[in-house]
Amino acid sequence: MISKKTNISTPLVLVSIIVITLLLLFPSSCKTDQVISSSSIAKAIPDKIDFNFHVKPILSDRCFTCHGPDENARKENLRFDTKEGAFAALGKNKDHYAIIPNDAENSTLIQRIFSEDPAEIMPTPESNLTLTNYEKGILKKWIEQGAEWKEHWSFLPIKNSEIPEVSKGKINNPIDNFVLAKLNAQNLTSMGMATKAQLIRRVTFDLTGLPPTLEEIDNFKKDKSPDAYEKVVDRLLQTDAYAETMTTNWLDLARYADSHGYQDDLERIMFPWRDWVIHAFKKNMPYDQFVTWQLAGDLLPNPTREQIIATAFNRNHKITQEGGVIPEEYRVEYVSDRTQTFGTAFLGLTFECAKCHDHKYDAIQQKDYFSLFSFFNNVPEEGLIEPYGAIPKPYIKLTKKEIEETLTFINNLDTIEEIPLMVMEEMPQKRQAHILNRGAYDQPTTPVNPEMPKSILAFDEKFSKDRLGLSNWLFSKENPLTARVTVNRLWQQCFGKGIVATPDDFGNQGSLPTHPELLDWLATELMNNNWDLKASLKTMVMSATYQQSSKVTEELLEIDPENDLLARASRQRLSAEMIRDHALATSGLLDRTVGGPSVKPYQPDGLWAETIGGGGGSLAKYIQDKGSKIYRRSIYTFWKRTVPPPSMMTFDATTRDVCTVKRSTTSTPLQALVMLNDPQIVEASRVLAYHSIEKENDLEKRIGLMFRLATSREITSDELNNLSSFFNEEKSRFEKSPTAAKELLQIGEYPQRELLKEPEMAAYTIIANVIFNLDETITKG
Amino acid sequence: MSKIIKERENQMNRRAFFSKSATGIGVAALSSLLGGCNLFDQSENGILTQKNNLQGILDAPHFAPKAKRVIYLFQSGGPSQLELFDYKPLLNQRRGEELPDSIRNGQRLTGMTSGQDSFPIVGSQFGFSQHGENGTYMSDLMPYTSKIVDELCIIKSMHTEAINHDPAITFFQTGSQQPGRPCMGSWLSYGMGSMNENLPTFTVLLSRGTGRKFGQPLYSRLWGNGFLHSLHQGVQFRSGKDPVLYLKDPDGIDRASRRKMLDHIAELNAKQLEEFGDPEISSRIAQYEMAYRMQTSVPDVVDISNEPDHIYQMYGPDSMQPGTFAANCLLARRLAEQDVRFIQLYHMGWDQHENLPTQIAGQAKDVDQATAALIMDLKQRGMLEDTLVIWGGEFGRTNYSQGTLTDTNYGRDHHPRCFTIFMAGGGVKPGMVYGETDEFGYNIVKDPVHVHDFQATMLHQLGIDHEKMTYKYQGRRFRLTDVHGKVVKDLLA
Repeated sequence: MISKKTNISTPLVLVSIIVITLLLLFPSSCKTDQVISSSSIAKAIPDKIDFNFHVKPILSDRCFTCHGPDENARKENLRFDTKEGAFAALGKNKDHYAIIPNDAENSTLIQRIFSEDPAEIMPTPESNLTLTNYEKGILKKWIEQGAEWKEHWSFLPIKNSEIPEVSKGKINNPIDNFVLAKLNAQNLTSMGMATKAQLIRRVTFDLTGLPPTLEEIDNFKKDKSPDAYEKVVDRLLQTDAYAETMTTNWLDLARYADSHGYQDDLERIMFPWRDWVIHAFKKNMPYDQFVTWQLAGDLLPNPTREQIIATAFNRNHKITQEGGVIPEEYRVEYVSDRTQTFGTAFLGLTFECAKCHDHKYDAIQQKDYFSLFSFFNNVPEEGLIEPYGAIPKPYIKLTKKEIEETLTFINNLDTIEEIPLMVMEEMPQKRQAHILNRGAYDQPTTPVNPEMPKSILAFDEKFSKDRLGLSNWLFSKENPLTARVTVNRLWQQCFGKGIVATPDDFGNQGSLPTHPELLDWLATELMNNNWDLKASLKTMVMSATYQQSSKVTEELLEIDPENDLLARASRQRLSAEMIRDHALATSGLLDRTVGGPSVKPYQPDGLWAETIGGGGGSLAKYIQDKGSKIYRRSIYTFWKRTVPPPSMMTFDATTRDVCTVKRSTTSTPLQALVMLNDPQIVEASRVLAYHSIEKENDLEKRIGLMFRLATSREITSDELNNLSSFFNEEKSRFEKSPTAAKELLQIGEYPQRELLKEPEMAAYTIIANVIFNLDETITKG
Repeated sequence: MSKIIKERENQMNRRAFFSKSATGIGVAALSSLLGGCNLFDQSENGILTQKNNLQGILDAPHFAPKAKRVIYLFQSGGPSQLELFDYKPLLNQRRGEELPDSIRNGQRLTGMTSGQDSFPIVGSQFGFSQHGENGTYMSDLMPYTSKIVDELCIIKSMHTEAINHDPAITFFQTGSQQPGRPCMGSWLSYGMGSMNENLPTFTVLLSRGTGRKFGQPLYSRLWGNGFLHSLHQGVQFRSGKDPVLYLKDPDGIDRASRRKMLDHIAELNAKQLEEFGDPEISSRIAQYEMAYRMQTSVPDVVDISNEPDHIYQMYGPDSMQPGTFAANCLLARRLAEQDVRFIQLYHMGWDQHENLPTQIAGQAKDVDQATAALIMDLKQRGMLEDTLVIWGGEFGRTNYSQGTLTDTNYGRDHHPRCFTIFMAGGGVKPGMVYGETDEFGYNIVKDPVHVHDFQATMLHQLGIDHEKMTYKYQGRRFRLTDVHGKVVKDLLA
């Protein structure tokens, strides 16, 4: 399966500088192509061309659509996705070759891409694809250098990387060796370390989604022992908040929601599964076990209730109740959703692209898609919810008693007698799966059986042909993808961006790893440590690389705008959940109850009601919760798929329609409006003001305290002057207009307190609101 | 010089500006300096493409645009083409007879009529008469629209793939039946950017039908950005005191106070920018300025109280009642005047499975006068030529009755094989009727227009080649039209 020359570290060592340049300057969006072609920097073609890093991305992106894996779309029987295809003799007489090693001039590939004749030129004008001079130069030089072929990097076995020796730079663990080796080769050095305050803020957000308390910051600052930071990390990894934050990420991946998602979008109850995930992260269940239970808990020998609850993972997909649909069409959709989720979440591959035809870019045939599909096709389920409001089969009923006695990780806050939970079940008589012509439910063709592509890892006899076998295949040590995909997501959680910037695509069209040996080293460590996620995360956050300052110079920004080299920490905005939780935690409003039914905090009036048709049941109208429920962490906010919480969506939360493993980070005016005007934030400002007034007894100290709570650092005198002068202005405004003060203080359900006169209280509230709106406040540091 | 480098230099100039102004910044000066808002757009291959927020991804249109903006009057639920536009006297002649199998020809049925053992043909209960220079047949249900038929480009041969609401409406808006892709307005925001600095470029207005008060729901994904950045999501304009979510300052904070507050926020953020050098901070400062401008411009644009009486009369009495379709049409015109790029209206209630005669009369009354008024109002202001107005739903309705056919009552099920929409302005041919259905009004016999063709044509009028406006996500270049669609050249003026 794999050629002998599989050492993916070679090219990096040889040409790391050029690789970096390429990674920075080698775009594939149509717009930047032109940009780059006119740039003088981009003209530097590397001395040594590497197939995987330089050539394949071009072939895949511009040639595979017609000369790639999809047999039906393939033109002239020429394919560049396999070695045999790329070097095959062409034409009726088999007298010419697309690629003749060392002979670019006679290679038709080169002739065609350099042609100026519209009838000859490749890619064709109709394709709307073009090659830049740089890219043409790469292809030509590669052939001149002998056209060495390599298999796709992510399908090659995970290599036990050798840790490079480095001469300078701070080294805490091998991560730093890998990062520094590359930095040193570029003659770059780290921007230096973050301050203690910045560091504890960053790591507390990354591991728990919450800011550090002042006491935690002070203790860390005071602790001069060499393992002061490690103690912080160990403490954080033991918290409930850690488990909640890991779960928050998992909910995106698992497309978790509290509603069914189509049309009338009725309520569903899935929180016991979410509580189980929190529980599993809390006790650091090994990742292979964690996933196996979710994929196949019901197929384990004598499965426990807990193992069955875990399988609800694969019932989180959308389900329709729209009267009039053809149930089988939707049942197929649900199985497709599980297939896609499996591909994205665990393999980092876009399997769904092979539903209607062979994959255009990767070695995944339509047959492979439906073979994976067949694992998930044996659920005794129905495509349509009938009667209206029924609980979709199969499901189990969790009784209050068993929750109290054995399933104690479920928070049955509302003391429901019997909680129904959709789970997986295998039909005794399996449903025969077929390739569906163009993916259409009513056009079955060839029968297929559970199987996985050999190009990844052969699905041989030792794996049973069911979901449990699939899970065993997934966690086989020989699987090249699972561990890489997993550590890459953890890396993304800590560093803001994966080593592979496309955590959802490790295929030909995905990004290449910036640090391939590091990725493999981390993957190997994960497997050697029995899939211990906490250990992986700890290694990452203990590295010196992680602990760097996020300051950046113009020069470095020019060289490495995307921070691929990691000469600094990326300055990351908080996620949607963190932004709200931060305001709640800082003000002291946060209710730390773990788990339980989802809650309905503040939301602008009428949003659900104005879009419903006649139905919707319990979700026809948003009925806001009262009391402490509106101050729960955002992970518990009720998720109605067709009208998700607007303030969270404004901060780039996902819709939970499909499995998502990466969010975008934007900056928009609507975000400013949320931070300025959302009653949740205005109320938190007021309560933060109460807190500071109670704790301190003069203006400057109070402002300083609020500022520090929000940013984790001491206020500067400039900043203090700025805010105290504004405080005085606002105070006199409110004194002139006491009604305005009264109105502002009435916002939110938290009871008012008479600590000071109203105008003064209102002015403090304004200052707190300013502080919540600082860029620094919604940044990790 | 490469665009990336150039942009970077601009950024550096801004930074230099910040670092020089140690004593704080006049924010008016600041905002004019920034000239809009900046955004870091991280492409999935890890390449930073920084661009101005107001600018779309396309440097220039692919060809000269005919339309600058779109007002899409979406009629949610599937209006019956047979009662409104597609005159089929044969259906009245053969009322009550079984639909011949040769006509149905294997068309799959929804679960609502698949159990029916009889498919009795039923014609429109409402009369049709000829209008305009071409003598176009229009329903008596649409008297105002009938009068302006010479302005309309009517397509009677629309067809779609989905037979149920959720997938069909999602298909129309995103090009895919399954949720997850960006909608039309988001694509335009992404491709073409914004034409103004004070309002969102993609706005959404909802109204509920009176013909059928509770019919089909809507979903915010219909104006969602899918895999595009959230910057491109549609912004709902609502009736009531907060026309855009979170727009209104909290009670107790007045405009002057808000202005000062933003100045302080900007000053403090600028200090951070000096310290950390992260261009994202200057982006955030600019976003706060845009938010502030929106707080003024949105209430201005939604305040229709200064419209003269003759305009209210033109749009009809409903137009004085916020939240109605007519009021939304008037608001749409005002947004168009402010150069909002894509103005999406949804009018609900067009799902007439039963009691069709009563329901559709109410629905038609909701929209007829205001639709015509909007088109003529744009025309009298010289805006129709560069505004594309679109009217239509997600599919059509069957020529046979759903449920029992009585003398006065019937219903119609969903029908994907043919339906009617119309357009006006924006470089489409006025006074045109395009496409034909058979005499049963069941199948298209001439010039079919698929949903993807319609989408391609709409983009074409805006100067966009639908095959070239792509977004690469998970390795694939996505388009609004998926891998299909062709521009219907016959429709173009």
